[in-house]
Amino acid sequence: MSGIERLGQRQARRRLWRRRGRELAKYLPLVPFLIFALFPLYFMLVTSLKSDAELYDLKAVPFLIQQGIDFGHYLYLLSTPFLTWMKNSLLVSSLSTAISVCIGILAAYSLARLRFPAANSFGTGIFITYLVPTSLLFLPLSRVIHGFGLSDSKWALVLTYPTFLVPFSTWLLMGYFRTVPKEVEECAMVDGCTRLQALIRIVLPMAIPGIVCAVLFSFTLSWNEFIYALTFTSSSEELTATVGITTELIRGDIYYWGSLMAGAMLGSIPIVLVYVFFMDYYVSGLTAGAVK
Amino acid sequence: MAVTEARARTLLGQRLGAAWQAVHAFFQREAVMGMTFVAPAFLILLVLVAYPFCMALYLSLTDAFVGRPGKFVGLRNFVALLQDSTFRQTLRNAFVFTGASVALKTVLGLMLALTLNQNLKCKRFFRGAVLLPWVIPSALGVLGWWWMFDSLYSVINWTLVHLGLVAPPGPNWLGRKDLAMIAVIMVNTWRGLPFFAISMLAGLVAIPQELYEAAATDGAGKLSKFWYITLPMLKPVLAIVVLFSTIFTMSNFEIVYVLTGGGPMNSTHLFATLTRQVGLESGYLGTGAAISLFLFPVLVFVVYFQLKLARRETL
Repeated sequence: MSGIERLGQRQARRRLWRRRGRELAKYLPLVPFLIFALFPLYFMLVTSLKSDAELYDLKAVPFLIQQGIDFGHYLYLLSTPFLTWMKNSLLVSSLSTAISVCIGILAAYSLARLRFPAANSFGTGIFITYLVPTSLLFLPLSRVIHGFGLSDSKWALVLTYPTFLVPFSTWLLMGYFRTVPKEVEECAMVDGCTRLQALIRIVLPMAIPGIVCAVLFSFTLSWNEFIYALTFTSSSEELTATVGITTELIRGDIYYWGSLMAGAMLGSIPIVLVYVFFMDYYVSGLTAGAVK
Repeated sequence: MAVTEARARTLLGQRLGAAWQAVHAFFQREAVMGMTFVAPAFLILLVLVAYPFCMALYLSLTDAFVGRPGKFVGLRNFVALLQDSTFRQTLRNAFVFTGASVALKTVLGLMLALTLNQNLKCKRFFRGAVLLPWVIPSALGVLGWWWMFDSLYSVINWTLVHLGLVAPPGPNWLGRKDLAMIAVIMVNTWRGLPFFAISMLAGLVAIPQELYEAAATDGAGKLSKFWYITLPMLKPVLAIVVLFSTIFTMSNFEIVYVLTGGGPMNSTHLFATLTRQVGLESGYLGTGAAISLFLFPVLVFVVYFQLKLARRETL
């Protein structure tokens, strides 16, 4: 091999390494962010699967499970009303999502397409209520709920969750309805459809991505909701998962860390599953609010 | 007889048909249909948002206690609050918490968005992973952090001690005033960062590549491209995200409630947690309503600028 050839080889190798280095440098800044985002979740999972002996052993390495996986904390949940809380969450979230998205579809279509007095100010009103935080209203709302005779009932949640779900889905769907060309709908109406038929047969099928997005977000928001559920329900059989896990699994000074983390894991799983399958909808819904 | 009856019946049928047609035509009118469609949403917001809000206004002007109607006391609740040391501490906390959290989320969110905006393999996976803390129930995620900050078994302290950074047993995160505030800010940043990053990423993607190409032919470096193209083009998105996050960070409840309960010594109380403690747990409805209403000026501020931005966009 001549010297020149060897030199060329060395240069090529160096170039390759430099390219690899540059490639690696693109991913390196992601590492701290990924650790920050995922470590708490990983640690919750590890904690929930450890035996108590290892969990409270100060000499053990906390990141790993070294003394075998133990499902005891998950089994313990079965002796608590955990399944009732999950069922309540499912019921409340599904019902309030269904109600809110239906109401949202009607309101959004109306605001995006129909001309009627006060349409603009109502649109602004929807936008403002979208920004009203729940912590501003929970105190007086608890009295309204009492007035309806729904104190300490999960039905109070079905009634109140639409207050933040309707503005959200209306706002989201308005954007989607505006992207359906008006001409398509007008064509259908020239062909003898009424406006309602045009809405159901033409506009809704075209806005399905938006509706899926509204359903996913509404379900997630109601599953994750905390302050209303904490305020309006108190007896164990009426609680939703988020409140039941955070308030009922802690007793006195002894922390049931293992079962607490097991509960937190299981309470998050429905949302994580939905999220994994429909991630793109979450991203588009999230950015629809901020970026038009 | 039978004939007239039949005729009457058809006549009635015709009348009913005509009436139905009229009703149908009435609802087919754009304005009527528009208002009918909006009515359910309007009703919900009237009864469950506007009415409770007015009730909060009213309660805040009375000395109402649970189970006892209050009498009008004017602005006395607000005056008393502003002289109360716990409330003044809460006011300070709210601004420190919101300021620090929003600033951290903005800076880190921009960094993360820029990182994700490169030509990466498995971009979908990274984006999905980064968004997770925002998707899972916030109260349950905070439970995990609570355990990580535990006074005895804190994994954070374990790591710091084994890296030789602090002396064992390490700081008591939730037991010290300053550290508790830092912990609460950290958890809020963890939770809110994905929203900032993903929104800004969408903003970055929307910047036309030609701008960068033109800048490159003019000999612009990386830094000046960022300063003169990326940042100005990102400003509208940045403004909306920051405004949005300001109101929802200021009104945060579950992070403080689960992690510190407002303590130690009220050093992490926010408006929402203090409202609950005073208004519901102690029963002073009037004072509680007054505390929650301190969120209102922030809401007005955010709504004003959001509407201004939205108007500019549609024009």
